[in-house]
Amino acid sequence: MTSHHDDGVSRRKILECMTWAGTGVLWTVAGGVPRSMGIIGEAQAAPASGLTFLQISDSHVGFDKPANPNAIGTLEEAIKKIGTLPAKPAFLIHTGDVTHLSKPSEFDDADRIIAQARLDVHYVPGEHDFLDDEQKLYRDRYGRGTKGAGWYSFDANGVHFIGLVNVFDLKAGGLGNLGNEQLEWLENDLKGRTASTPIVVFAHIPLWTVYQQWGWGTEDAARALDYLKRFGSVTVLNGHIHQIMQKVEGNVTFHTAMSTAFPQPGPGTAPAPGPLKVPDEKLRSLLGVTDVTFTRGQQRLAIIDKPLQG
Amino acid sequence: MRIKMTPLTCVAVPFVAGIVVAAAISFPVISAPAAPDSKVEIDNFAFSPARITVKAGTTVAWLNADDTPHRVASSSKLFKSKVLDTDGSFSFTFTTPGMYEYFCSLHPYMTGTVVVEGSTGSSAGQ
Repeated sequence: MTSHHDDGVSRRKILECMTWAGTGVLWTVAGGVPRSMGIIGEAQAAPASGLTFLQISDSHVGFDKPANPNAIGTLEEAIKKIGTLPAKPAFLIHTGDVTHLSKPSEFDDADRIIAQARLDVHYVPGEHDFLDDEQKLYRDRYGRGTKGAGWYSFDANGVHFIGLVNVFDLKAGGLGNLGNEQLEWLENDLKGRTASTPIVVFAHIPLWTVYQQWGWGTEDAARALDYLKRFGSVTVLNGHIHQIMQKVEGNVTFHTAMSTAFPQPGPGTAPAPGPLKVPDEKLRSLLGVTDVTFTRGQQRLAIIDKPLQG
Repeated sequence: MRIKMTPLTCVAVPFVAGIVVAAAISFPVISAPAAPDSKVEIDNFAFSPARITVKAGTTVAWLNADDTPHRVASSSKLFKSKVLDTDGSFSFTFTTPGMYEYFCSLHPYMTGTVVVEGSTGSSAGQ
């Protein structure tokens, strides 16, 4: 894709400024301090150069409860929407819970629909994808070339992408879990990379504690973030909580995506984090995909959440 | 009153939600003892009751009444259900006294305990 010309200077400048846009609100981050710039429309007009990729999450194929009796249909809508984007994304990242119950037919349906985007897809599993004892169904499909429970890394346009798995070997009373083996792998994976390399980490359960009472966090994420702290630009993309949450901590920006299947309540706003039934006409404003653009020349990493409607 | 049966082992017909079904298949005599002596309902991301105390030899049944799948897993790996979708059930017979912690392997913040007390003598009835 894009060549590696104009490397050193722009890389450094990338660290100085990042621009965020989430459902109409533009956040500018300078020196680690986020400032809201108000409602914007132009953020949609992403420049053609640079790297654009999409995050899709929590498609829960097989879900048919009242919160959305047609989760397959809304996934299809999301994939169709991808086809209408002005700039074709380089690839898709799926942050897990591809299926609802890890059934072969659910994986088949998901594959068939997501393939219509005609894009490479980089997956990480959600806990709903690991329901068969050996986690064979997920791993046979998406685990080729990955380590351990399915973690891996790759590079695109000078950005280093790391897919982590935090939905295995969960302990009673605990949160998401990365485990020692994966953390050691991460430490090695990052070794030797210059601090100016932009990093994108993606995993299913948030790597920051959104709400401990509902298990919305990852037990040993602090160690992962410790390995990442020397990098000037780290973006963490998660799913699991079926709503947009953003947080900036030093050089690390956290973002959780909407589901394409059903919304969940805000932290502590309901007795439990189960599927949230909203009026039919409101559902599609709470489902969607996330568009991420990294542009060298513009020194920005923009994250735009695109609801299915509204 | 005492019914001749091969106790406990034949009760452990996993994933058969209706005890009636098990009884209908083969030995009608086991229908009475096979009924789960204790039930735990899963609803709103919680086990209810979260702590139960039973006698050794008791079959405990978990029923998922939630609109989210759950999976009952012993912390000591003694037992683990298949994934239970809405209305799915799982039972396990506790033969040895002790304290059995368990959790939902999908939502590990959901935890529960089965306390198994020694049964007095070998009499399962009464």
